[in-house]
Amino acid sequence: MSVLSDLNVGDSGVLVSLDLPESVQNHLMHMGFVPDALVTVLLRAPAGDPTVYGVDGMEIALRHETAAAIRMRAVTAEDTEDIVVPDMIEAAR
Amino acid sequence: MNACCETPAFEPPINPPSGELRTVVLIGPPNSGKSTLFNRLTGLRQKVANFPGVTVEQRMGVMAGVGREDLTLIDLPGIYSLDPFSEDARVSIDVLRGKMVGTPKPDAVLLVMDSLHLTRQLMLAAPVLALGLPTLVLLNMSDLMEARGGHIDPLKLARELGAPVAQISAVKGTGLDAIPLFLHQQSERQAAKPLTLPVLGNAASAHTWAAQLSRRTGYRAPLSVEGTRRIDNVLLHRFWGPLLFLVVVIGVFEVVFSIGQPLSNGFGDILARIGTLMKLLIPAGWLQSLLLDGAWKGISSVLVFLPQILLLFLFIGILEDSGYLSRAALIADRVMRSTGLNGKAFIPLLSAYACAVPAIMATRTIENKRDRLATILVTPFMTCSARLPVYMLLIAAFIPNITYAHGFIGLQTLTMLGLYLAGFVGAMTTAWLLKSSILKSNDAPFILELPQYRMPTLRSLGLRLIDRGRVFLRQAGTIILCVTLALWVLAHLPVMHIAGGQASAPELAESLIGRLGHFIEPAIAPLGFNWKIGIGLLSSVLAREVMVSTMGTLYGADPGTQALSLQTALHHDMTIGGALALMIFFAFAMQCTSTMAVVKRETNSWKWPAVQFLYMLALAWIAAFAVNHLAIAFLG
Repeated sequence: MSVLSDLNVGDSGVLVSLDLPESVQNHLMHMGFVPDALVTVLLRAPAGDPTVYGVDGMEIALRHETAAAIRMRAVTAEDTEDIVVPDMIEAAR
Repeated sequence: MNACCETPAFEPPINPPSGELRTVVLIGPPNSGKSTLFNRLTGLRQKVANFPGVTVEQRMGVMAGVGREDLTLIDLPGIYSLDPFSEDARVSIDVLRGKMVGTPKPDAVLLVMDSLHLTRQLMLAAPVLALGLPTLVLLNMSDLMEARGGHIDPLKLARELGAPVAQISAVKGTGLDAIPLFLHQQSERQAAKPLTLPVLGNAASAHTWAAQLSRRTGYRAPLSVEGTRRIDNVLLHRFWGPLLFLVVVIGVFEVVFSIGQPLSNGFGDILARIGTLMKLLIPAGWLQSLLLDGAWKGISSVLVFLPQILLLFLFIGILEDSGYLSRAALIADRVMRSTGLNGKAFIPLLSAYACAVPAIMATRTIENKRDRLATILVTPFMTCSARLPVYMLLIAAFIPNITYAHGFIGLQTLTMLGLYLAGFVGAMTTAWLLKSSILKSNDAPFILELPQYRMPTLRSLGLRLIDRGRVFLRQAGTIILCVTLALWVLAHLPVMHIAGGQASAPELAESLIGRLGHFIEPAIAPLGFNWKIGIGLLSSVLAREVMVSTMGTLYGADPGTQALSLQTALHHDMTIGGALALMIFFAFAMQCTSTMAVVKRETNSWKWPAVQFLYMLALAWIAAFAVNHLAIAFLG
């Protein structure tokens, strides 16, 4: 169990939950940060923060403090490599 | 004063509507190409205002682009969901349900989605379709979809959604025939087919539904373009990124000052010549004075900034449409956050070095309302080009031309830099104060989407320039006209009767504005200003550069040709302490009616411009008082 801000550039992880106020959570979910989504760390801003994440084919920058509130787990063999469709993961369990 | 300041209301379509259809709304997530489509469907026949009572922008137009001048198209703000967390979403819900005051209930909906990211964009489809209004789903960017190997089955999607689906490209203008066809059918059909869609409680279930739906309809997302990643590796590089960022920033300055200034000067000359021509046509007398010294002078003082402002918007437009603006915000975020603002505030603050009015209009890219308000409130501190004539006059008159470091840097240049720095520090300190008190927003994180790089199109850049130019002229122009006329009246009343029974304007000291100058003298005397400077300050509330022409009139000297005599004349009225105090006063005070008008427009209330004006006035007074007394103590 780790948080999104722990991941290094080039790493990927699977989103577990968002420990954020409901309105922020909702906004992020509509940007693609939903449970079981595959998130990849693409690059960090020149100053080291914010960091750009790839999710759902989009590139979204978050500050360290926001990324630190997003719980992640490691990518397992059961997670599909390309597109992570939540119900497919459900079915695989 | 109100009558001439009011914005004209939206004109309804001329032709009577055919059938039942009158109003159509356009809705879609941010970055779905909604604005491009809106511009295509309406041409330039659109109006921009705010929805009543909120700061959400309302765009309306007639659908002339598809030959339906009888239909009104309303553009809703770009939203991800109808969850009422944001003001944008609440406004959209109200409009869709016909509960927005002054906006008719829509008869049909055009739902735009970016086909490149359909799964995510579909999350908005369920709540919109569930409203039961006749809806046409438009899958935008279909040209890129094919080129990048994506796939979608519009027929299957239409069956699943229970609504017609069309593939379009708003940029290229392809597939738009489906829109008039759909509208034509809606005019004839009586009631919309009832829909059964899952009730989606939260974002996670909406995402699950959208993901399942896109899988059932055989959606294959196109490959993301490697080009964007490769460009970002350079533009967001640890070393090259900030360097290129600085080049862009300096570029904005260069364009606005080196090209914009001569353009504005040339334009000013043309306006002055038109004024001279009009002088020949209108018989001399009070009417000529009112029209030329009052109205035309006021209109010119605004128009003169138009070339610079349009250049600035062209620059920002290219940066925004190409996708670089988001990267600039990303780079600037680390610095901006130390004041409590975020990276998105950077471009507006930079634009404010030219003029606060377009800068405040540029704050629309900041979604968070509190961050946006904080940015609007600190913007007028940045040293705008209207302060320059005043600084230049006072520096030339009072600061000795001494050079240091073997002639490398002069005291006059240092003074000018110091004034720029004072404005910047004022802005940053105020931002910090606001963000750590009344505009604190802990629960609003910085979430920035980085779009793919695109080539800006001439069409969208041109439309943006026309749109912003129109807003600037209408908002700033009307209020400037009102205040100029008011000032003219104050300077020409009461009517004097000189020998021979002829009526004439009073001496300046005897006019209403002269008496006002005397009236405020006790308040400004501690700053080292006398009543004549007081008149200058009063008239500069209209616009800062008016100070120079007012002082010119006061001393009977033309500021353009006889600047020297004005400089020497100023020495009779001011000490070095007073001059320094006057400069610092101009650095902090909000003497600009156009800015106040635009702040009123953007915040939708007179409260914020009033707060801002009083705060900046207090700060300017205290700073000028301190500077004057320090100068008396140290310089004699």
